[in-house]
Amino acid sequence: MTLTEKILARAADKPNVQAGENVWVKADILMTHDVCGPGTIGVFKREFGATAKVWDRKKIVIIPDHYIFTADSMSNRNVDILREFVKEQGLPYFYDVIDDPDGKWVFDATQGLLKKQYGANFAGVCHTALPQKGHTRPGEILFGTDSHTCMAGAFNQFATGIGNTDAGFVMGTGRLLLKVPETMHFRLEGELRPGVMAKDIILHCIGEIGFDGATYRALQFDGPGATSLSMDDRMTVANMAIEAGGKNAIFEFDAKTQAFVDQRCRANGTKENYEPVERDSEERFVYETTIDLSRLEPTVACHPDPGRRKLAKEMPDTKLDRAYMGSCTGGKTSDFLEFARILRGKKVIIDTFGVPATPEIVRDLQTTLWDDTSVWDILVNAGVKMTENASCSACLGGPVDTFGRMNTPLKCISATNRNFPGRMGHKESQVFLASPATVAASALTGHITDPRDYLG
Amino acid sequence: MQSVFHGPVYVVKDNIDTDQIIPAQYLTLVPTIADEYEKLGSYAMCGLPDSLYPTRFVESGQLDSRFPIIVGGRNFGCGSSREHAPIALGSAGTRIVIAESFARIFFRNSVATGELYPCECTDRLCEALETGETISVDIDACTITQAGTGKVFSFKPLGEVRPVVDAGGLFNFARKAGMIPA
Ligand code: SF4
Repeated sequence: MTLTEKILARAADKPNVQAGENVWVKADILMTHDVCGPGTIGVFKREFGATAKVWDRKKIVIIPDHYIFTADSMSNRNVDILREFVKEQGLPYFYDVIDDPDGKWVFDATQGLLKKQYGANFAGVCHTALPQKGHTRPGEILFGTDSHTCMAGAFNQFATGIGNTDAGFVMGTGRLLLKVPETMHFRLEGELRPGVMAKDIILHCIGEIGFDGATYRALQFDGPGATSLSMDDRMTVANMAIEAGGKNAIFEFDAKTQAFVDQRCRANGTKENYEPVERDSEERFVYETTIDLSRLEPTVACHPDPGRRKLAKEMPDTKLDRAYMGSCTGGKTSDFLEFARILRGKKVIIDTFGVPATPEIVRDLQTTLWDDTSVWDILVNAGVKMTENASCSACLGGPVDTFGRMNTPLKCISATNRNFPGRMGHKESQVFLASPATVAASALTGHITDPRDYLG
Repeated sequence: MQSVFHGPVYVVKDNIDTDQIIPAQYLTLVPTIADEYEKLGSYAMCGLPDSLYPTRFVESGQLDSRFPIIVGGRNFGCGSSREHAPIALGSAGTRIVIAESFARIFFRNSVATGELYPCECTDRLCEALETGETISVDIDACTITQAGTGKVFSFKPLGEVRPVVDAGGLFNFARKAGMIPA
């Protein structure tokens, strides 16, 4: 069996499963956020009754992160709906925006969008927060009401996005009926060259198989090239499996996975035991390819879909109005460090926005010093508009007052993950997806630029 | 159960993602709250660029669409896992989406909510049909008839998905089938 099949078989209490088979699996974690949480809770109450209790309090994780720093009253209300439910059910893992469990969330627009407006429990973007807060464990099943839940496949687990109705079902029963996906095999060899990042790997893969090339399939990444990647890099790759239609992505378990997961579970007091899955000689794949990481070059996915692959060096004629750094995919500490390496001591010439994915990343950037200057200040000095309000922000457009949202038809290069029409705001705007390094180099020139020209 | 659907069709091309079906700023509406469910319908498909789709799916000021059937190309419903997408279409009055292929979460959400019958066609219908023309869809016979020409196209049987949508979604189906207590 493949890694994905092994996890599903275990969760279904079966000795083995085959691709195409429908099986009932037990969930280890159900994650939801402010956009789909209220609807999921609505389905749960409608179907199981107003006084029903969730199947397991410790297995539900609620992370408001999408529409937080906006004066839109409906968005603020949705965070309050989550808080009420958490109180009623006594849920231990709720990463509220405010500290007062009896309070109401109201964003204060008069303070501006840059200064932090959250309390001590706030965790930021769900997919980045889940591992940081010790909720991702090898061998487990994670369901989330968000398509990029597949990011947690970096930790050798089965993680996939589901809708509110399915999530309401899981909330009440702890189970879900799934079709076992076929597995596509990506063997990675070699190591990335300077200026080339994990984002380039996945943009390359999606370009290879097409925007729907993995529909209802698992993407397994392994081989020495995969081992060479950091956990942040593996997360970037796994995150965008959905951009090729994939059901999940999965990496092997190794010492890096173990070190990360053990440390995070211990630090947060979450469950520490887990059982990884390992490869065996009987894996059946529907597709196999080998990618030599040392041959990859800075890659761009062009408007209007993530499968339109080009190399950054082929696109000097694409003029830009804006650059955006952030999201679960491109807003991690390592992403910002790479971004800052290129911008250090220089000035961006187009509007450039930086939104760290989580408060922890904000702290990392503010406390990491390069020659006595914090990385945060290096970016601000380079002209980047940096916000402390870690969230999804303009990655998915959001309410009109969202930081970095495109309210007019602009062209933007972005470290995010999706570029269908209207994704980051205005429906006639255009989004080009690239690595943090390519976003940085392009912000310096105002057109799409290969970052290898700017390696110091 | 109704098995023949008849009316004007709304035709779109490949890769219609969930942001075009229901743009992100309307996701603050919670589908299980009745008024907000209604409102979601009024915004259905409003993320389609006007330059490519001059005919609006829902006229401004209306809560519902005049198109009970949508025809798309490849990868319909790709993008996010938002259940607001099939719900917005269902709330606007659409019952059937026919496409060459569907993104898996959209497909599943259409079925789980019972809002839509997602039918996979084999021909490139989004080139053969035009927005506004009348078609009939027979989900027993798996056929689509173009009223103007009498031409008949087929689609793949709905299989195990059909009874779930017929029942009105996952929960009703699971209760009927005795999978969860009634
Ligand atoms: S950062 Fe973007 S892709 Fe990630 S969860 Fe938020 S909206 Fe989705």
